[in-house]
Amino acid sequence: MSKKYVMGNGAIALGALSAGVNLVAGYPGTPSSEIIETVAKYPHEGTYVEWSVNEKAAMEVAAAAAYCGARAMVTMKQVGLNVASDPLMSLAYVGVKGGMVVVSADDPGPISSQTEQDTRRFAEFARIPVFDPSSPEEAFEMVGEAFACSEKYKTPVILRPTTRVDHAYASIDAPDTFTAKEYEGFVKDSKKWVIFPRLSFQNHAMIEKRNVAIGEDFSSCRFNSVSGSSEKAVIATGVSYAYAAEYLKDYPEIRLIKIGTPYPLPESFLLKAMDGVSEVLCFEELSPYIEECLLKLIGKHHLDINVRGKLTGDVAPSGENDTDSARRIISRFLELDASGNSSDLSGAPQPPMRPPVLCAGCPHRASFYAVKRAMKGKKAYFCGDIGCYTLGNAMPLDMVDTCLCMGAGVTMAQGFNHMDPDAVAFSFIGDSTFFASGVTGVVNAVYNAADMIVCVLDNSTTAMTGHQPHPGTGRNLMATPVEKVSIEKVLLAVGVKPVITVDPLDLDAAISAVKECAGIKGVKAIIFQSPCVAITKPTDRMNVGSDQCIGCLRCIKEIGCPALSVSGGKAVIDENLCTGCGLCAKLCPVKAIGGVQK
Amino acid sequence: MKKDVMICGVGGQGTVLASKIIAASATDEGNAVHSAETIGMAQRGGPVTSHVRIGEDAFSPLIPIAGADLLIAFEPSEAIRNLRYLKKDGFVIVNRVPVKPTSLGGSEGYDGKAEIAYLRSKCQCLVVDSDELCAPFGSSKFFNVAVLGAALGSGELGLKEETVRRTITKIVPKRFQEKNLAALTAGMKIGEGLL
Repeated sequence: MSKKYVMGNGAIALGALSAGVNLVAGYPGTPSSEIIETVAKYPHEGTYVEWSVNEKAAMEVAAAAAYCGARAMVTMKQVGLNVASDPLMSLAYVGVKGGMVVVSADDPGPISSQTEQDTRRFAEFARIPVFDPSSPEEAFEMVGEAFACSEKYKTPVILRPTTRVDHAYASIDAPDTFTAKEYEGFVKDSKKWVIFPRLSFQNHAMIEKRNVAIGEDFSSCRFNSVSGSSEKAVIATGVSYAYAAEYLKDYPEIRLIKIGTPYPLPESFLLKAMDGVSEVLCFEELSPYIEECLLKLIGKHHLDINVRGKLTGDVAPSGENDTDSARRIISRFLELDASGNSSDLSGAPQPPMRPPVLCAGCPHRASFYAVKRAMKGKKAYFCGDIGCYTLGNAMPLDMVDTCLCMGAGVTMAQGFNHMDPDAVAFSFIGDSTFFASGVTGVVNAVYNAADMIVCVLDNSTTAMTGHQPHPGTGRNLMATPVEKVSIEKVLLAVGVKPVITVDPLDLDAAISAVKECAGIKGVKAIIFQSPCVAITKPTDRMNVGSDQCIGCLRCIKEIGCPALSVSGGKAVIDENLCTGCGLCAKLCPVKAIGGVQK
Repeated sequence: MKKDVMICGVGGQGTVLASKIIAASATDEGNAVHSAETIGMAQRGGPVTSHVRIGEDAFSPLIPIAGADLLIAFEPSEAIRNLRYLKKDGFVIVNRVPVKPTSLGGSEGYDGKAEIAYLRSKCQCLVVDSDELCAPFGSSKFFNVAVLGAALGSGELGLKEETVRRTITKIVPKRFQEKNLAALTAGMKIGEGLL
């Protein structure tokens, strides 16, 4: 045993390894990505770990392991659970033999996500238990408990951390070596493992009965606690509990109830914890989940307790909580002194806006710019997707008209084509996203005889989530060299023609590839191939000859590279940021920009 | 020890390494430590913060408003953006070199000078210059460790020099260690000059 200072995601990984996990699979997605990476980093003989092609694949790989009696964990962000929901909903009916923990990381804010959906609702919808950690330390402990619960009740169990728990660091006491659990192996039994309406009917009844028992188990679970004894109580869940506890540490008499296992609701615990309470404030993020549970519980037992929270407007309906909102909301509820210790900051200069942008030298900028130039004056739709390249929407590029979910750019471009055949429909999709959920969309477009151009922005990595490998990179999570799955061959095989591969930084070639494809009927593809600048070491950089620069600022106005700025009416290049991609030099009307060695 | 340290800057400036070094050093000295980072989309050129909380009674991973003993700002306007986190008698170490936002226009006027003047008028602060500090090392990438040196030298960090040096040799890749240790020393001189 030793103390390890790790991120919440690392704590979850250590929790799984400590529980003797046999298989871990997942797809990268902020804020969950580091779980798999941490499992891979520690010595884990006997534990199989992979980056799967998407969350559905991960869930199914893990389900088979659990059918074998092995302990399996699958990791994803909350929208990944939508992708994996098909296997999960059915798996909830079939059940498991070995423990199976589904980690679905929620993202209040949202900070790096499309939605503020609440995985606790998903757990209730799927009728499976969920653990909700309030800190990395608790997340570590919960993983072991979740495996035990999963095996006791033969059901997948969800662990639902949120961003601030995933990305918080703490010291965890954990073993230095790990031994994977022994498992029996798959025992064939088609009445058990093959889902049929009859089986679902029987198991549905069993599940509803079982969940009452789990709720009773949870009522004596150490993750649910109460301190203080005031008539007005605060109930908090997840990291919101940490914020509430931080504010209430000077008020130990205030009743503070923590719920670490939101579903099935620990009813007996709550009834006891709320004994003598007249009014309760639910301090939680995302949906008013506990608040609604309490309203039901209070109705069921005819209790005289006033419930406040999101539904009464006391807690904001969206966005994340923090220590400041905890202080404001809880002090108002308890009629305590809310004056913080803030300094007077009037007259402070307004800080500039800093929207996230494509990195200096990012090849996606060149790809977008090439399409923009080729389509100048033509009617075109640009359907984006999930990844760094969503940032192509920012001015001055303004090249992302839609972004919905993983893979949707391909199928939406097809939809636009059917509704407006005169316009040129483009889809922009990254290499990792292409494998995750782009291929089926391309098949759909070919099958339904669409006219559109698929632009694969192939930077040889999953950049946005921290540079994970994918099937096209020729190596997997364990850095084992594997056969590269060729995007070009996949596209050719499903009937896309032509498939043109081009270096986006070769601007003229890239523009002519786009023009060529725009003149052809059918589904065409351009693979813009250039590695992510964050994983390559630049050797050159660009420099503006200030004597030659005429101050037209075309370089800045056209491409919006963060390395370019204006000084004294002329363009200047930040030599630390510049990677020497040379895109700006290609636009300069007076050839004032040239390359020098870094 | 009980200390809340906030580090802020712009994505790509290396704030995460600075917070990791502080957290690991404080742990090494026997403290309970919690910290939190900005990770994900915001890292791409957006404002980033690290919260490092040293001491037993830190429940939240985030420092409360007006709770930070020390604010280390890698950029003038980011110091202003996060100034509400500083305690009334807290200390600020700020880099005077601005990072201009990428957006078209509007950024031309921003040079960080008004921000530095405001900070000087409002709180106790040490203004450092990343260009000057990093010139001997050939890259502004060493600023994160240099500014840590300034915090260490000023005495505001409350950590021992030997602990921080040991941490750097543990967590920084070997080929960068020498320059990082030199950057720490350079920063310490600036910080000590304050005493």
